[in-house]
Amino acid sequence: MLLGVAAYHLGSRRARGLIKPDGPRLHSLPGFYGYYLALWATLPAMMVILLWLLGEGQIITAGALAALPAEMTQGDVNQLSLLVNDIRNVAAGSGYEQADTVIKSAAERYLQLERQSNLLLTVLSLCVSLGGALHAQRRITPEFRARNQVEKILTFGLTGCALLAILTTVGIVLSVLIESIRFFQMVPITDFLFGLKWSPQIAMRSDQVGSSGAFGAIPLLTGTLLISMVAMIVAVPIGLLSAIYLSEYAGPRFRSTAKPLLEILAGIPTVVYGFFAALVVAPFIRELGSSIGLDVSSESALAAGLVMGIMIIPFVCSLSDDFINAVPQSLRDGAYALGATQSETIRQVIMPAALPGVVGGILLAISRAIGETMIVVMAAGLSANLTFNPLAAVTTVTTQIVTLLVGDQEFDSPKTLAAFALGLVLFLLTLALNILALRIVRKYREQYE
Amino acid sequence: MSDSSTQKTANARSHDIVMAGLGKRRRAERRFRAYGLVSIMAALVFLVLLFTSIVSKGYSAFLYTNLALDITFDPQMIDPEGARSPEALASGDYDALWKSAIYKLFPDVTERQKKRALTGFVGSSAGQRLRAMVKADPSLIGSTQQVWLPVDDTIDMLAKGNLGDAAELSDKNKDSLIWLTELQNQSRIRKAINKEFFMNGDSREPEAAGIWGAVLGSAFTLLVTIGLSLPIGIAAAIYLEEFASRNRWTDLIEVNINNLAAVPSIVFGLLGLAVFINLFGLPRSSPLVGGLVLTLMTLPVIIIAGRSALKSVPPSVREAALGIGASPVQMVFHHVLPLAMPGMLTGAIIGTARALGESAPLLMIGMVAFIVDVPTGLTSPATVLPVQIYLWADSPERAFVERTSAAIMVLLVFLVMMNGLAVYLRKRYERRW
Amino acid sequence: MSHSTGQHYVGSHDRASPMNPRETTTTVKVDRDHRVTIGEYTSPNARIRCRDVGVFYGEKQAVQEINLDIGKHQVIALIGPSGCGKSTFLRCLNRMNDTIPDCRVTGEITMDGQPIYGEDVDVVPLRAQVGMVFQKPNPFPKSIFENVAYGPRIHGLVHVKSDMEEIVEKSLRRAGLWDEVKDRLAQPGTGLSGGQQQRLCIARTIAVNPEVILMDEPCSALDPIATAKIEQLIDELRTLYTIVIVTHSMQQAARVSQRTAYFHLGRLIEVGETAQVFTNPQHQLTEDYITGRFG
Ligand SMILES: Nc1ncnc2c1ncn2[C@@H]1O[C@H](COP(=O)(O)OP(=O)(O)OP(=O)(O)O)[C@@H](O)[C@H]1O
Ligand SMILES: [Mg+2]
Repeated sequence: MLLGVAAYHLGSRRARGLIKPDGPRLHSLPGFYGYYLALWATLPAMMVILLWLLGEGQIITAGALAALPAEMTQGDVNQLSLLVNDIRNVAAGSGYEQADTVIKSAAERYLQLERQSNLLLTVLSLCVSLGGALHAQRRITPEFRARNQVEKILTFGLTGCALLAILTTVGIVLSVLIESIRFFQMVPITDFLFGLKWSPQIAMRSDQVGSSGAFGAIPLLTGTLLISMVAMIVAVPIGLLSAIYLSEYAGPRFRSTAKPLLEILAGIPTVVYGFFAALVVAPFIRELGSSIGLDVSSESALAAGLVMGIMIIPFVCSLSDDFINAVPQSLRDGAYALGATQSETIRQVIMPAALPGVVGGILLAISRAIGETMIVVMAAGLSANLTFNPLAAVTTVTTQIVTLLVGDQEFDSPKTLAAFALGLVLFLLTLALNILALRIVRKYREQYE
Repeated sequence: MSDSSTQKTANARSHDIVMAGLGKRRRAERRFRAYGLVSIMAALVFLVLLFTSIVSKGYSAFLYTNLALDITFDPQMIDPEGARSPEALASGDYDALWKSAIYKLFPDVTERQKKRALTGFVGSSAGQRLRAMVKADPSLIGSTQQVWLPVDDTIDMLAKGNLGDAAELSDKNKDSLIWLTELQNQSRIRKAINKEFFMNGDSREPEAAGIWGAVLGSAFTLLVTIGLSLPIGIAAAIYLEEFASRNRWTDLIEVNINNLAAVPSIVFGLLGLAVFINLFGLPRSSPLVGGLVLTLMTLPVIIIAGRSALKSVPPSVREAALGIGASPVQMVFHHVLPLAMPGMLTGAIIGTARALGESAPLLMIGMVAFIVDVPTGLTSPATVLPVQIYLWADSPERAFVERTSAAIMVLLVFLVMMNGLAVYLRKRYERRW
Repeated sequence: MSHSTGQHYVGSHDRASPMNPRETTTTVKVDRDHRVTIGEYTSPNARIRCRDVGVFYGEKQAVQEINLDIGKHQVIALIGPSGCGKSTFLRCLNRMNDTIPDCRVTGEITMDGQPIYGEDVDVVPLRAQVGMVFQKPNPFPKSIFENVAYGPRIHGLVHVKSDMEEIVEKSLRRAGLWDEVKDRLAQPGTGLSGGQQQRLCIARTIAVNPEVILMDEPCSALDPIATAKIEQLIDELRTLYTIVIVTHSMQQAARVSQRTAYFHLGRLIEVGETAQVFTNPQHQLTEDYITGRFG
């Protein structure tokens, strides 16, 4: 950093030094030569540091393990990682007293290696930095197009940032896909997609009969669908009618108060909804059910779906609002001029015209409901029931991902890998919905451009 | 003209029919309008219900019931040898001090079981408090002082009336209630600001559990998120809006970003687990990884907002800058960017506010562990406010319900502040071209 | 400036016009800033009477002091430069201005003696009686059949399917569109050409049996052939309906209308028999506009 600033000054000074009344004119402002130098001084060095830090951990760990007696490092991967954790802990200073001497010595070796590595890194990065600066400095001449060079590098940087979006998607797809493939090597994909039974817990007791567990995703999908359906039944009519009222009937004052209030609903964290669902809504529905003689589970799909619906209301509302407002005024005028009442105009002219957009919006909302996690984790159950009864407890894809991955995990068991397979299903499902919805919406927007 | 006269009768007939159907249509109109109003009201009622239920459950957590005990700082119990050295003072039996003080208040309680119940009246941190007092001021030894000590969390619930009617109480709690009323009559009970709640990390004991650790964890996480997503997001927005030529690649990036904005957050958590933790070996449960995951999640939001802010800068500004010989880069950085900055920041704040409330992806990367220590840096294990809420919401103790609600209130206050800032920025710098 | 009802011509008391226009027929024109309508604004068999009508958009007054009668079974053309308030005035006649927030109408408009801006007047039957055709064709995103059937359906004019088919056919025939679309009634109305769409909108309007049809530049989006078709249509419809048409084309006004009203800056400057207004305008502004010397 500091070096960069220094390099900037050096560069611009040098460039100014080149300005002579009779000499050739500088191509760019002196500042650009400074930037150029600074970039050369920092970027390569930063690259070195980054690479170093990525590789460092592995090497140091290997070095520390080498300090251990051979029979200790012979164990399988899990034991080894435990060992490494121990060493790291001791090296960080916790539990030093309890640790046995072998570990202690390994920890010392670890620390020592770390110190060496830090020193080496500092020296190396300084060298690279100075080298870069020197190289750049040599190139500074009046003819040199510093501005173009700097701008080129800058545009490269900007492009890189934009590409990060693609990288993220690739990262998601790869990470989820690779683990899923490992999962499908243990559990056949057909069992996963079409199996009617989900009980991954059994897999934990590997010494027992039937240890393979059951990984049929159908009950999870139906559970997700059921809760999303309840949510949509709540959110779509309320959201749509609210949007209609706000954009067609409400006066400006009512609109300017009600709209931000509705948007508050959208800004509330989902964990808060989850708490509300588990603590207020679920017991309420249960009591209500028992008072009319219905047996309602305390983790009913109804409660989770209802609260999820509330969460999605503002989403549906603001999207529908956009689409309703996009319907050209001339259509309204046409209907009014025929003597249609306002509600007739809305229901028979505006809604059909806005329908594609609204459908797209609803698809987006469904994708949201499917991917919603906290509400179902907190308010829906864990038992995978294959049912369409909203009063029963069901579980969802997201709930299972969380329960499979939270807590102690051995990373190679089908149980944890199943979470990634579920993640893949979730990703593909929502992706398909999103692409479809965005396409519909875009078409719709173009129609009324 | 016969055509004209038949038309005239047709007109008259039509008019009559229209008039006849009018009442029904007007009623339909009113009904439809009412549906709309009812919908909005339903949504608003939900909102009110949510807030009232959380506030009514949570506000009491900001106060805690304290009990005044006349503590005799008996040298016999604190430091029998009379050494008065710090070690000696630290090893004293401070629990005995408050125990004898409370026995003294209720001399007729002699039964063993009831005596134990009586000691359960005072919170478990009482001994440590007394130790801290003596450590700070050794001259207390030998004197008798009235000291306010926090009661046990069950007693706190009892004092706040959160355990229901007297009839529903267990026998033990019934006894406690009797003692409580007596102490209240002696005005030995008062409610004080619950400092622990704001200053402590997490704890299994509700009376010692606080949100400070989670608040710091959130702060560290957001620091990483803002530090990365703001520059990267703005850079990407600038590239896409100002420099990229329209071709298949940029179309792909655009579709990509729109889709990423709608990918479930938990999938980002899976990515974080697989890539940042398993592949790169970054420390689990750390704000660093949490921040990275949230960065990837907020980036699309910031990019989309940034692009629309850039779009709203009129072409005349660009043309003017290019017209005086600025390079495209100079045009963007000197002229367009300053104008678009408020809009971009507004989008960034809204994105960050969303990140602050996010919990699902952080569960995936282990920020859900039970962590007592207040985090000290980007790599120390931490949790964040929403996850803390999730953890407490899962705890069986009654006292955690009010703490959960209180933590939610704190989180909402932060969110309101951030959104308020965004609204302020928007209002302040709103321009009409 | 005040105005006394029943006085059809400008009085000689006006400062700006020392001479009475009744006497000065062709040569001397009334001065530019003359404020009171010239010409016969009343009509013996008036269907709609407007008295001292003004329209405000918020604080801004777009139209003021309009007095005009619209007679039965005739076409009256409203002409004038852009922004002078023709559309605004036209939209008053079936209360389409109600749909614009903070638009306010003052003065009195009566239809067959009934005030249309009365407290208890329902706009729905009013608009069923006073239909409107817009500048840009705006068919509903429905089939051609449904576009025409929509009005009769919402008003409950017919309940039997065959009656509906009859009405649709009759309306499309009157609009001169039947032969072009009779084979594709189920196709969307938005798929027609611009001129066809506009005729579809006319068919849609006459399907509810209105008495008055308001047309706001119905041909401005159309090519000359389509325009000619619509003009012919207007001429035919005149026998059945009262038509008010806004147009920018002087030729069109001359071709289709019996009366013409000239608007300028929100005021009705001059009104009279079309032939008279075009051949012998009384007001300087009218003459400037008609002869293309406007400015
Ligand atoms: N919705 C509105 N809000 C505010 N002002 C309006 C509105 N509609 C029209 N105006 C104003 O009222 C005046 C008259 O407009 P109007 O549309 O009636 O003119 P016009 O004679 O129909 O013009 P054109 O021949 O261009 O259609 C104009 O100055 C216009 O700016
Ligand atoms: Mg107009």
